[in-house]
Amino acid sequence: MSKERIKISEDLYDIMPSDYQDLVKSATYGKEDRGWKDIGNSKELIEQHSLCAGCPESMAFRYILASLPNPEDTVMVGSTGCTSLVFPMVAVHNIHSLFGNQNAIASGLKRALSVRFPGRTKDVVVLAGDGATVDIGLDMTLQAWFRQEKFTTICFDNELYANTGGQESGLMQKGFVAKMAPVGKLFDKVRLPEIARESGCHYVVQCTVSKPSLIEKVVRNAVMISREIGPTYLQLYTPCILEIGKNSMEGLQEMRDSEKPTERFAYKEYISEPAKQLLAEMAAKDKEKKAAAKQLASQGA
Amino acid sequence: MADTHSVIGTKNKKGQTFTDTWKMMNDAPRTPSFYTGSEVIKEALRRASCDVMIAYPITPQSEAAALIGELFAEGYIGDYFRGESEFAVMSQCAGAAFGGARVFTTTAGPGTMRAMENFPMWSGARLPIQMIVTCRGINSPLSIQPDTLEIAYLLNTGMLVWHAETAQDFFDWILKGYMVSEEPDVHLPLALCCDGFFVTHTKDVVNLTPADMCLPPYDPYRSPVPCMDMECPPVRMMRDPFVMKSNYISYATHASWQQEVWAAVERSRKHTIKWLNGLIETENTDAEVIIVASGTAVSQGREAIRLLEDEGIRCGLVKVKVLRPWPGEEIREATKNAKHIIVPEFNVTGWLAKEIKATIPNSERVHAGPRVCGGMTMPPEIIVSEIKTLLGIHTVSMASRG
Repeated sequence: MSKERIKISEDLYDIMPSDYQDLVKSATYGKEDRGWKDIGNSKELIEQHSLCAGCPESMAFRYILASLPNPEDTVMVGSTGCTSLVFPMVAVHNIHSLFGNQNAIASGLKRALSVRFPGRTKDVVVLAGDGATVDIGLDMTLQAWFRQEKFTTICFDNELYANTGGQESGLMQKGFVAKMAPVGKLFDKVRLPEIARESGCHYVVQCTVSKPSLIEKVVRNAVMISREIGPTYLQLYTPCILEIGKNSMEGLQEMRDSEKPTERFAYKEYISEPAKQLLAEMAAKDKEKKAAAKQLASQGA
Repeated sequence: MADTHSVIGTKNKKGQTFTDTWKMMNDAPRTPSFYTGSEVIKEALRRASCDVMIAYPITPQSEAAALIGELFAEGYIGDYFRGESEFAVMSQCAGAAFGGARVFTTTAGPGTMRAMENFPMWSGARLPIQMIVTCRGINSPLSIQPDTLEIAYLLNTGMLVWHAETAQDFFDWILKGYMVSEEPDVHLPLALCCDGFFVTHTKDVVNLTPADMCLPPYDPYRSPVPCMDMECPPVRMMRDPFVMKSNYISYATHASWQQEVWAAVERSRKHTIKWLNGLIETENTDAEVIIVASGTAVSQGREAIRLLEDEGIRCGLVKVKVLRPWPGEEIREATKNAKHIIVPEFNVTGWLAKEIKATIPNSERVHAGPRVCGGMTMPPEIIVSEIKTLLGIHTVSMASRG
């Protein structure tokens, strides 16, 4: 899709909703170096949402949408849960179909787009909660990785089923007392990042969403690697402040506390050899571009 | 966006000519060929301009699903792979259809049941996927034998449901099915059912259209809902997601969309009548006794009618080709003179008889049987015997023959 596609006929301009007018005027579709710093200067690809005040998931959504390298040709796939309350307000095509089948939907979607648009870039990004990714949908999550499907899987890990009211999930910590875990969860947090690596993902990162610059980097890397090489996986801690007994303003601190080197969300990364090579090539190109720009600027001066 | 010029008359990469479907199906020369039902599915797909086929092994559809893989290897299908389960496969089909592809898959029995959550989603999302259902038993203990019980579960999914009798039906209906499914005022998935083994694993003479002709490609921009490919503006779909709202607007939205899906099923009626030459076929509807059946029970009914004719008993026949939309009007008209309506079925519950009883006046005329299940065959003699009993003609029962 080019930005031409979303232009409004002059005769109809004034009757279009203002958020659509804003998208046409100042969204960052097609901007090559788009990133989290565009937030505040441009129209975001997410409009108002109905998540709880202070929900870290809403921060994650904003950073991810600001960081997609190619939103004008990206289709997102969601699943059931709090994310499905947000997707209807997101200005990239997105699919909700059932609970847990997001990686199966994405597999079919990516292949259809490859058949229909040969030689063109069409990115597919899955974004779902930990229940969808690790419990009910684990089979389809892993099988898509085994098949080396070329899309990115992002898991919002809030360590429980938030939308249904705080029940135990596979990514919950051992011992945590929750609904359906009345005496505390009896087994360890599932180690999906390690499983992702063993299942064939070329880029795996586990982190919190406390730092927008970090999210920008890992989202970009994940999408570029999945486009060129194979599946990638991001597991982002987005605590459900409601269910862990925190206040609206405490989400950020919760993430900072949990990402310390000894804590369970300490930054963890795995990059396959072909992916390392691609990232090095991308970095070299960036450097070249910057040098050329610098030279141009000095010539101009 | 949509092609602004017609592709009819141009060639695809395999050298097949995109042909007007009506001409291809009705005017083009046909070649009689001796094939199994599975091979016929492959031959139909060769001509279907299919973008994506997703396969999974389950008897009795495995052979057809694998043969379509050969078509992919030959370059006739855009993409093809084996999914991990029927639930996943039907979701993968949905993903491909959301992305604007013409999609095909096949399943059977327990696979249909495992995938069931997907089917109302397909209809609700208006995805014109075609799914072949080669019916087999779904009961426990494990059975792989023919049994049509799974069709009963498909009837309320919002899918179009057709029931083929022969391999020839199969060949024609696979190709015609896409034409009905993809109409903008329909745009719904089609479950094209047949009785497993009886149709898939037997050989029959089937008249095939020329192999160098194929359907025009699917145009996803004729869909009544946006194709998820970022080729049209990604406007926000709604200001408040309806899923969590407990208010009248939310309920009304869900209710009206379900009504619209079923209205689309109804709107398929006119297209289906045009392509299949009616939702039912009839013979001798002035007879006092009429057999109403679908699938291979029709063939057994025909044979029973021949046996009865030898004894001077005249009997009519209604072949129900289409189950959704339901041909209620047609069946009422065809059975209006009948004193006895016999409904032979290959399942234990008799879902077809129930549908007919709910449709016609004086439903005590409906005799829900004979029914066989669990892989049993239905000899025409048991249909003959039931009809004679109904008519008060003494007959030696099958069981007493020893």
